[in-house]
Amino acid sequence: MPDITLILADGTERHLAAPDGASLMAAASGAGVPGIVAECGGSAMCATCHVYVDEAWAGRLPAPLANELEMLECTAAERRPTSRLSCQIKLGAELQGLVVRIPERQQ
Amino acid sequence: MSNTREPIVIVGGGHAGAALCGALAAAGLGARTHLVCDEAELPYQRPPLSKAYLKNSAETLQPHRNEDWYAQAGITLHRGDAAVAIDRAARTLALRSGATLPYAWLVLATGASARTLPGLPPTLANVAVLRSAADAQRLRELLSAAPSVTVLGGGFIGLEIAATARAAGKDVRVLEAAPRLLQRSVSPELAAHVLATHRGAGIDVRLGARVDGFEIEGGRLAALEIDGERASVDLLVMGIGAAPETRLAEAAGLACDNGVVVDTGLHSSDPHILAIGDCAAFPEHGSGRRLRFESVQNANDQARTALATLTGTPEPYRALPWFWSEQGSMRLQMAGLMPAQGKRHRRPGASAASFSLLHYAGERLVCVESVNAPLDHMAARKLLEAGLSPEPAAACDAARPLKQFVGA
Repeated sequence: MPDITLILADGTERHLAAPDGASLMAAASGAGVPGIVAECGGSAMCATCHVYVDEAWAGRLPAPLANELEMLECTAAERRPTSRLSCQIKLGAELQGLVVRIPERQQ
Repeated sequence: MSNTREPIVIVGGGHAGAALCGALAAAGLGARTHLVCDEAELPYQRPPLSKAYLKNSAETLQPHRNEDWYAQAGITLHRGDAAVAIDRAARTLALRSGATLPYAWLVLATGASARTLPGLPPTLANVAVLRSAADAQRLRELLSAAPSVTVLGGGFIGLEIAATARAAGKDVRVLEAAPRLLQRSVSPELAAHVLATHRGAGIDVRLGARVDGFEIEGGRLAALEIDGERASVDLLVMGIGAAPETRLAEAAGLACDNGVVVDTGLHSSDPHILAIGDCAAFPEHGSGRRLRFESVQNANDQARTALATLTGTPEPYRALPWFWSEQGSMRLQMAGLMPAQGKRHRRPGASAASFSLLHYAGERLVCVESVNAPLDHMAARKLLEAGLSPEPAAACDAARPLKQFVGA
């Protein structure tokens, strides 16, 4: 059960105990975290579950695949080097303590 | 409207019902909301059911929201219970469990049910359909044991299942009665590309196939007669479309015509009853032509329109339709609706497996179909929403990203 911190656009922090193997998007939208729209439900088709991964964590995630890289060019908020689609981040013990920021808009 | 004694009762826990719960909770109306779902599961994501879920036996259902969220939002869930009758005069809904729910607003989000064939009961041990989680779990088990799969119907769901089964090493046969695949959903050019890709992957696709008979033995489908020839069957998946679930509405005397007939604010013929998602037949913005879609976009966007109606700030439903389908190596994305008559232009992509088809009605861009070209698709949605129509030659110049024309 990795503990995840999501920092909302207004600075509010949300902490989640997320099940192993779930995507970050599924954990966040399951808990109703505002700002994760996830319109396509995790198919990397809509770019509405965009997050900025905390600098300290950015290098510790598996690199995005081609599908995700393409969709990252379609985010509503500014794309940064730490941008990821949360539906493509699979949670596991190695991501215990992960911190991500949610952009101001998804659509 | 802030009176908690004015319940909003949603019938159906599919995408539309789940999206409306989310919207009502965000508007602070969770405590007035009841969700009635026939299935015991919390509302879950359906697109993975024909792909990741079928592929991998460890894959679990992905709920839209978890149980704590519903509780915190104050939403009352009636799971594993079905709506059986609407009493419009008393404004109450009767449930199978015997409960009666009073409503100020009733929202029908009853979805659609898989069509089946007369003479071929889906209760046969090796015949499957795919709509629900229970269907998907059964199909996953059947699929893992079957050396070959016959898919009846060359629509989105049938082809997604065929591609998933082929990738798992099965012998796959697709039988389509029409002269081409995806006849109701995509252009002939895109259908031809899809056909060639599936055949290239080793799927035996038969167009214009006529199924003349079924050989049923001991509760199983042993063989089909296809174009006069006997073909034995290990597993048959029926992907021959879905029909809107309107029984509850019809029994209550609501106007139905290929779906529950609704106005631009999604009211049915009873002003206290709305319908959203797969079950709703709504007037197209501008033309008034009646449409009904089975798509995630339509479910999400109609939930937004329903919220506006329920909170007394109605806005006409006018969202741009978009769809997607993942079939093996192909990511298909469609934005807008194909014109009855029009001109199409091909925008090449980085490889032969990546391109977009731009459909114009006169000078106006009305629809864009993309294969493995998500950037084109996202730009196309923006263009179509803004009513922008870049000149075809320029729009098909692969050296210029389509998004350059947004706001140009």
